[in-house]
Order: sequence, then C-alpha cells, then structure tokens
Amino acid sequence: MLGKLNWSAIPFGEPIPLVTGCVVVLVLAAVLGLITLKGWWPYLWREWITSVDHKRIGVMYCMLALVMLLRGFSDAIMMRSHLAIAAGTSQGYLPPGHYDQIFSAHGTIMIFFTAMPFVVGLMNFVVPLQLGVRDVAFPTLNSVSFWLTASGVLLTNMSLVIGEFARTGWLAYPPLSELRFSPGVGVDYYLWSLQIAGVGTLLSGINLVTTILKMRAPGMTYTRMPMFCWTALASNLLIVAAFPILTATLAMLTLDRYLGFHFFTNDGGGNAMMYINLIWAWGHPEVYILVLPVFGVFSEVISTFSGKALFGYRSMVLATMCICVLSFLVWLHHFFTMGAGADVNGFFGVMTMIIAVPTGVKIFNWLFTMYGGRVRFEVPMLWSVGFMVTFVIGGMTGVLLAVPPADFMLHNSLFLVAHFHNVIIGGVLFGAFAGYTYWFPKAFGFKLHDGLGRAAFWCWLTGFYIAFMPLYALGLMGATRRMQHYDDMNWQPLMIAAFVGALIILAGIGCQALQLVVSIRQRDRNRDLSGDPWDGRSLEWSTTSPPPPFNFAVLPDVQGEEAYWGVKQSAIEDQRLADEPEYEPIEMPRNTATGFVTAFFATVTGFALIWHIWWLVILGLVGAYAVFVIFAWREEEEYVIPADKVAAIDRERRRSREQLLAARRPA
Amino acid sequence: MTATTEWRDTRPPTSDPHRIGRGAGGGGGDRVTGHGAGGPADKRTVVGFGFWIFLLSDIVMFSAIFATYAVIEGATDGGPTARQLFDIDNAWVETVCLLFSSFTCGLATIAAERRSAVWTQVFLLATGLLGAVFLALELREFIDLIGRGAGPQRSAFLSGFFTLVGCHGLHVTAGLLWLGTMMAQVWTRGFKPNIARRLMCFSLFWHALDIIWVALFTIVYLFGVR
Repeated sequence: MLGKLNWSAIPFGEPIPLVTGCVVVLVLAAVLGLITLKGWWPYLWREWITSVDHKRIGVMYCMLALVMLLRGFSDAIMMRSHLAIAAGTSQGYLPPGHYDQIFSAHGTIMIFFTAMPFVVGLMNFVVPLQLGVRDVAFPTLNSVSFWLTASGVLLTNMSLVIGEFARTGWLAYPPLSELRFSPGVGVDYYLWSLQIAGVGTLLSGINLVTTILKMRAPGMTYTRMPMFCWTALASNLLIVAAFPILTATLAMLTLDRYLGFHFFTNDGGGNAMMYINLIWAWGHPEVYILVLPVFGVFSEVISTFSGKALFGYRSMVLATMCICVLSFLVWLHHFFTMGAGADVNGFFGVMTMIIAVPTGVKIFNWLFTMYGGRVRFEVPMLWSVGFMVTFVIGGMTGVLLAVPPADFMLHNSLFLVAHFHNVIIGGVLFGAFAGYTYWFPKAFGFKLHDGLGRAAFWCWLTGFYIAFMPLYALGLMGATRRMQHYDDMNWQPLMIAAFVGALIILAGIGCQALQLVVSIRQRDRNRDLSGDPWDGRSLEWSTTSPPPPFNFAVLPDVQGEEAYWGVKQSAIEDQRLADEPEYEPIEMPRNTATGFVTAFFATVTGFALIWHIWWLVILGLVGAYAVFVIFAWREEEEYVIPADKVAAIDRERRRSREQLLAARRPA
Repeated sequence: MTATTEWRDTRPPTSDPHRIGRGAGGGGGDRVTGHGAGGPADKRTVVGFGFWIFLLSDIVMFSAIFATYAVIEGATDGGPTARQLFDIDNAWVETVCLLFSSFTCGLATIAAERRSAVWTQVFLLATGLLGAVFLALELREFIDLIGRGAGPQRSAFLSGFFTLVGCHGLHVTAGLLWLGTMMAQVWTRGFKPNIARRLMCFSLFWHALDIIWVALFTIVYLFGVR
C-alpha cells in the first residue's frame, strides 16, 4: 500500500536531522498558524499563490531563494565546524553517512534552489519592465514554472525527515548513484526533485526567450535593449539548450535504478563516464546560466551608480553571446582525469582559456564605465566592486585549473572547491544581492536599510576571503573535497580559519535578515515616491514603485539606447513631462490556480515515485491531466482594466514625476 | 494588447531620423512583427514562436539520447546485436503510418483554416488512428523483443534502444491524449482564436515527432540492419 515507506524512514536514531526537522515543522506550523489567525489566506491566495503577474512571481522566486540560502548555509556551517574539529584522533560530530548527505544537499540546494531561483526571479521581475511591456509571453506558464520549482524544493526538504538525501555529491555520479551502491531513497529524492524543478526551469526559459524576442515595446530594437535583457536572453537560450540534456541524463539514471537498465552500470555494457560527460554538457552551461544574468545586474548597477552609459555596450553584447556559444565547448575540463588523451584535453584546456577572454572584456568594460564617472558607493555598487575583485581572483584560479597537467594535481581537491565558491559566491551571489538591493525599492516601494546593507556586504566579503583562501592552500597541501576526517594536524589551523570565515558570513546573513525586518518596520522612512530612487537609466524606473499590475499605462515609445535616461533628461531640461496620452482599457491575464495545483500533483507524483507507491503515481498523473483539461476549458482568460481607472493610476504617477523633475531642476 | 496600435509612432521623428528598426523593414508603419521595434507581436506569433522553442528543447533532449545510443550501440554485452534483432519491415510500416498521419494532420489544419468542423474532426480522427496503429506496432515489437530475451535489461545497447524508441513512443502517446482533448475542444467550442492556436501547436508537435522518427528510423533501424 505504501511502497517502501514505513516508520523506519523517520530518522529517530539521528538527533541532528530529527531535531532540525522538528524545528522546521514547528516554524512552518507557526507561520501557517499566524496566517490562519490573522486571516491572511484569502489575500495570499488571491494576490500571490494564484498570481500570474511576472512581478509577484519574480518576488516569490527570490523569497524562495533566500529561504533556501538559509538551508544551504546551515549545511555549510555544519561542514565547516565539523572539519574544524575532525582532525587526528577526533572524529568530529557528523558520522560519514550523514556528512555525505550534508555536502550533497548543500551543493544541490545552493545551485538548484538558491542560485537558480534567485537569478530566475530577478529576470522574471525585471525583464518585462525593462522591455517596456506588461507581462511575460505566457503568464500562466510562468506560474506553473515557479510552483514546479517550489515542488522540487519541497521534495528535497522532505528528505530531511522522511528517509534520507543522496550521499553521492551534488551531481550523483554513477556507479555510486546506481541502485547497487545506493540502495536507499536518497538518490531517488535527488532525481525526482531535480526532474520536477528542471521542467519548471525549462518552461521559464522558453517563456523568457519568447518574451525577449517577441514582446518588446515599440522602438526597442535589439541594440537598444538594456544589458540585463541581453544577458537574460543569453542565459535563457542556454536554459533551453542545456536543461533538456539534464532531463535526459537524469531519466537514464532513473531507468537504471527503477527498471534495471544498463546505461551507467558496471555490468551489462554500461558506461559511467557517459553520465559524467552528459551531466557536464548540461553542467557547464549551467554555470553561465547562473552568472550571465548577474553580469547583466552588474552592468545596470555600475552604469547607474557611475552616472554614465555602459562603456562598450556592443562589445558587451558580443562578449555575452560569445560566452553563450563557447559555454558548450568546455565541459570536459571538469574531468580531464577521465583519460581522454592529450589532444582532447588540450582542446578543452584551450577552449577554457579562450572563454576567459570575453569575461575579461566585460571586466574592462565595467572598469571603463566607472572611469571618469561620478561613482556613488551605494550598497549595490559595493557588491559590484567586491565582485570585480573577487571574481577576477576566481577567474584566474579557473584558468590555472584549465591547464590539464595542473588539473591532474588539483582535481577534486579543496583548491577546486575554493575556485568554484570563489566564482559562485563572488559572482552569482554578490550579483544576486546587488540586484536584490537595487530592485527592492521597485518591487516594494521602499529602500532597504542602508547601514545594515553595508554591514552585510563587509561581513560577506571578509568572511568569504577568510573562509575560502585557506581552502586554496589546503588544496595545494593535498586536502581533498568531500573528506569527512583528516589525519594531518597541519591542516587544522587552516580549517579553523575557514570555519571562522563561515561564522563571519553567518554574521552577514544575520545582517541581511535583520535588514529585511528593520526595512519593513521603517518603510515609511525609506519610501520611494518617485519611482526612480537611484537616478536610473532603463524603463523600469519610469513607472511607479511598486508598478501597477499593467506596468505601463501606455507602452513606452523607445527612441534610443537607455530608453528612460534620454526622456528623463529632456524632461528635466524642459521642466515638463510629455503630453498626457490617450488612455485605453487594458486587458490583463486572469489569475489562476493552475500552477499551484499542477505543482501539488507533481509533488504527490514525485513523492509516490520515490517511495514506489504506484497507485499514488497513477492518481497524481491523472490529477495533473485533469488540471490540464480544466485549464483548457477555462472560459474567461482575461479581464479588462477600464480606461478611466488606467488614467487615474497614471495621473498619480505623473504627479510624482513632476515632483521628481522639480527636484532635479538643472542648476 | 490594445495599446500597441496607439503607440505606433506617427509623429515626425526627432532624435531618430532614420527610424531604425521601426516596423519590419525599418520603414515604419508596417504591421507589428516582433522582429525589431513594432511593439509586441500578436498572440498567434507569440504562441507559435514559444511552441517552436519548446520543440527545439525537446529535440535537444532527443539528441542527448541519440548521442547516448550512438555511444552504446556496440555495447551488447555478448547479447544480440541490432542486426540480429531488428525487423526492418515492421519499422517501415510504422514509418508509413506516421508519415501518413502527418499528412492527414496537415489536411486537418487546412480544414480548420477553412473553419470546416466536420472535416477537421475527420482528419484529426484519421491522424489519431494512424498514430494508434503506429503505437500498436511499436508495442508489438517491444513485446516480441522482450519475449526473445532481448529486453532493456539485457545490455546497454538494448537499454539505449528501448529508451530512444520508447521516448518517441511516449511522445506519440502524449500526442494522442492531446489530440483527443483537442477534438473534444473543437467539438464543444468551435474555432475560437485560442482553440485555433492550440490546433496550430498540436500540428507543430505532431510534425516534429515525424522529423524525430525519420532520424530514428535512419540511425536505429537502417544503420542497425546494415
């Protein structure tokens, strides 16, 4: 009846997951209880859960990412504290099996459920606003994508208390991940949560590619698109081209585990290296899926806070698209040790070094954007400068690893761990935080607390260096990754230093949590009434903060690069806005529960598949099909906002704009 | 998008004398195309384009499986090889069924464009029946192979074969489910714009399955029995 599921799935013998699980359940119950007591359910259901508004969905993606950052970070701090003590005769406090689950969960969660939702959330929120349109191409699909991602998150976190998570590392290499060596449900949790979340990501990639290529405001030619839209385009093209490979690869491993196929097994002619090739054919583009959008964030932030147009816009576009193509030609550098021979390794080594060139172009463009500008060191700018320094170091160690002979020495060492944290924290995460601080006032109508933002930045920056620079040294000393215990006492001081670094990062995260709370409480003090709090240059700053559901009362008419900047400057000069346009009624997509209900059935199906509860699998699939049919028969897809209501909202905006003009009157 | 028409710029251009990218050819005043700067494309274009992107992603997924199959085709683990197993005649009949179903699907599209509900239904039904025959033949082949001890668990080569062909078969099954739903929609709702768009997507999907089958027939069966 319940497949493999029984009481032994609950880890009564292991205090850490049990206590954590209980705490999570209690917190969840408290939050749900509070929502019920305050009667917020109808509001949440109407305005958020069933929302198809790209801004709401983008915000939910980012909130999901922030919550998962906490989960992923608690794994990290456990590993660092464990390794600070597990030297010589001490065994630390995490048994090997548990430690293996922790590093696997840490990697999986940080990449798939923190970094991915964060960048997808930023793209979702910003891209339609920057393109000057009202929503993405397929609003309902957007909601489905988000909720499928949430479903993957839920399944991964369920593994904490029901069963176990994979002990195979974040990419679940076979043959270890095959049934013979991992008979538990851990790998199955991994497979199904990534499969479900991956479908969500693929759908959102299709959605954003279509949006950027087919839905732009009049006059918004390709070469007038803000840099963030370009990088979002490149990133989503990569999603469309790479995520299907992940789907196929995970499906093959699933077939091995569930039906006894022989793709990657040791016997029957299977070939484990094929999995590793396939997973990195997705995995390397994935790195650029994460980092390209934040390159866009930095471009926006640096140009805004330098008060200058982005230097070398066209070379930036070219560099972005070069990276987009080249990212598919370097995957083998993740396993030079496979033994493909000197020619193959040589080719991929050279390609890897070549891909550093367009990235270097970008760094120079940002530097030249700042050069001669009036740089304002607001918090997003701090993250950007911190990024430039840190990312260059990470990039250089990457080029070092691209040399195959050096890689043979450093493969799977802590040097590698230091390198990719160097680029992912210093690149993706700093960029996500820059974007979060930069667009927060646009999303909510008030700025984040400045002082706490600065404190968070400095904690993260110093914490990062103290935590990861020792790992470079440890890697050169021979320490390997995924190591639960070590005998060489010389490593311990550096391990302790790394733990201290992690504690400083913890302080940074604490500042960020506090910042959110304080900013919400003091929101009246930091209100953004103008809609343009940073003196921005692209179209999202031309509407109110937060924008109305339809974003723009009339679609903007783009006359050149930096669509909003030009209009703003001439308006300031003339001290008057353009004439009031004629307002027309606007059709907007209706909210729908389709996404939420689809994800519900996806979760049920995933859970049933993990535990081999076959009747529930069938029930879940039938349910999903029923949702599809009900959605297809929906009568009313859109609602109309009448012209006078549009006019009222927009006149309000124009009043605040007039105040902005007066405030920025030329001397 | 009612506001788009209003935003086609008719004022004398000031900062942009050449009206770069305005309209399809930069000449201005053209129909909205979504290429350059005419504003958001119409719904039919957006839906068709988005569905194309989805199909491309689906083809990428197939290409990963194709690549895998190419790598493990020789890994028979001492078991039967492609040459010993495949029945090219059966695959040929399958091919004919599927190609014909694409033809009838095309006829259904033409009928739908002429708003002929009866002929649309007739041709959709014919498409579905041909698809069902295709699936039945494929299933028979699978059962036959498994009966001869050449199931997917036998060797890596057979795992690859069953996955590649089976994945296409699953797509056809999903297509049939969609087709049935589509016929019911046309029946109850007629040719509303959104139904017409869905029909267009369905036919794109069905033709894409055909393209994949052509590659599959060539690489798996024709090369296999060589």
